[in-house]
Amino acid sequence: MNFLILSLIKAAVVAFVLMTTLAYLQWIERKVIAHIQLRVGPRRVGPHGLLQPLADVIKLLTKEDILPSHVNKVFYFLAPFIAVFFALIAISVIPFGGEVNIGGVKTMMQLTDLNIGVLFILGLSGMGVYGVALAGWASNNKYALIGGLRSSAQMISYELPMAMAIAAPLLMLNTLSFRQLVDAQSGFYFGFIPRWTIFQGPFPQVISFLLFGIAVFAETNRVPFDLPEAENELVAGFHVEYSSMKFAAFFMAEYANMVTVSCVATLLFLGGWQPLFPAEYGSKYIPTLIFLFGAVMCFYHGLNPVRAFDRITLPVAGVVFLGIAGIFLVPMLSTILLPLFWFAAKVGVILFVYMWVRGTLPRFRYDQLMSFAWTFMFPAAVANLFVTALLVALS
Amino acid sequence: MPAIPQYAPLSWYLMLSAILFALGVAGFLFRRNIITVFMSIELMLNAVNLSFIAFSYKQGQNDGHIYSFFVMVVAAAEAAVGLAIILTVFKNRQTLEIDEVSSLKN
Amino acid sequence: MDAILFLIFATLAVACAVNLVLQKHPIASAISLVGVMGSLAVLYLLLGGEFIAMAQLIVYAGAIMVLFVFVIMLLNAGIEQRTGRRLWVTYGGVPMLAVLIGMAAYIVERALPPTEAVRFGTFQHGNAFDIGERLFKVYVLPFEATSILILVAILGAIVLARKEIS
Repeated sequence: MNFLILSLIKAAVVAFVLMTTLAYLQWIERKVIAHIQLRVGPRRVGPHGLLQPLADVIKLLTKEDILPSHVNKVFYFLAPFIAVFFALIAISVIPFGGEVNIGGVKTMMQLTDLNIGVLFILGLSGMGVYGVALAGWASNNKYALIGGLRSSAQMISYELPMAMAIAAPLLMLNTLSFRQLVDAQSGFYFGFIPRWTIFQGPFPQVISFLLFGIAVFAETNRVPFDLPEAENELVAGFHVEYSSMKFAAFFMAEYANMVTVSCVATLLFLGGWQPLFPAEYGSKYIPTLIFLFGAVMCFYHGLNPVRAFDRITLPVAGVVFLGIAGIFLVPMLSTILLPLFWFAAKVGVILFVYMWVRGTLPRFRYDQLMSFAWTFMFPAAVANLFVTALLVALS
Repeated sequence: MPAIPQYAPLSWYLMLSAILFALGVAGFLFRRNIITVFMSIELMLNAVNLSFIAFSYKQGQNDGHIYSFFVMVVAAAEAAVGLAIILTVFKNRQTLEIDEVSSLKN
Repeated sequence: MDAILFLIFATLAVACAVNLVLQKHPIASAISLVGVMGSLAVLYLLLGGEFIAMAQLIVYAGAIMVLFVFVIMLLNAGIEQRTGRRLWVTYGGVPMLAVLIGMAAYIVERALPPTEAVRFGTFQHGNAFDIGERLFKVYVLPFEATSILILVAILGAIVLARKEIS
């Protein structure tokens, strides 16, 4: 097919899936944090609150879009646009699976495979600082300015350990293109340990993974590093003067950043779409087993539910899970869906850790946050890079 | 409307570099705010980078890329020290206009 | 297609540069400079310098300009005051200077033998591997010297910008 039309179709599919994921990521986050805090979360809008993101979108679209008179109008409009633009563009270099053949059209499950993909993501995360800084400045408000300055200082401070934590596995894998990174992590040691970067010799990159994980919490302004944007600090920080759709743009940018860095962590450290154990031990049936287990749990709890309407919703969910489990067994679709499942499962685990940490940890004070970056993370990242380089050079 | 060729000749890149350099010089000479003067210097450095990369393309080797990389590194160091100097000048004189920092004049 | 991309991003670069010189508030000039750097990064990509394009985005547009924006916000630099300088000096001199140097470049280019067109994909040595090979084998001395330069610059900036201990 024509390259341009194929790219447009792929871009449309990726954009649609990304937008739906961002909306439902917020629902999952609210439910997970609620259950950590021993409450229930949204449950009125639709069964188990599943239509809550739709209600939120309608609310944000129909809220009054206030343009305060004291703001600098050009930068006030530009800042959320910049934040969303750079957050969403990053998804164009992330591969979701191998090469697929749909109806005679061979294509990669990726929008574009740049051979400098990792540098592209690093550059975009650097440019994302402008959205926050300009938002803080344009609001013409002391609290917003301090929040914006603090947030951008935090983001650029943590870019250094993040870049060094990315550089360490790149020394071992020897390429900057995301697709080649995942291909270099294929295969198994001793027949059953996957050659993901965190297990790979000469130096398993566990420390890099931890450093990268902590640095991206600070890059995306999430707890415990969310002092610049928390509601009860500095009157909500840099987005205090924003309402309705522009406010929604900042939050969409934050969730998109979260998804992007989870995808990058999966591709760099957890082997992308490579399965956990070889296909001859049955890794092809793992998704089917997981969804079957989910269906059994739904049916079991649907027999004597806590709430009356769960007598209907839980068996329906069980039937849906059974259908998905069956889809993974169809041989034509499973070549497309299996790598996608492994990728989505790993990204989902990292996103769950994001929400778990949000429900559990208190936030850092600003000076603690900055001294943590410069006095602990930066030397640790340098030492890690040094040890990795030494071991790679010696082998 | 003359026909647009399919590929841009290398001379267009060099002319663009010259125009950007000229605009940088103009900003450097005509602006009074010290930070804007500094940004015009950065614009001149960027124009020179474009020249380096264009000539590196013509030569077929990537030496120009290395020179451009070093220009970027030196510009980073210069920006850090220059902005520290600007902060110190602002602390002492409370002004950012270059015409008012003139105590050595006459 | 290459020429159309060049024209779009060259026009964007010149427009942002003109905006930098003409804007009154330093923050608008800073954002225009970021626009210039972004367009130049695309032009480097057209010339085959992919590593340099990404280095421009990461280092120049993503770190140096953020530093500029910080300082402008911290110092609360206001609008530049109008001076007693006559109007034709500023609004006439700037385009005349640009036209002069552009014309000089054009004449120089006409005098040289005609160069070939820039085709995207002709230059293959711009990737990280080749740049790294040249940087660490042929140019290793300037590399080490610039690392010491950066260390000196960091020390200088810290000493200059810290609070006085009275």
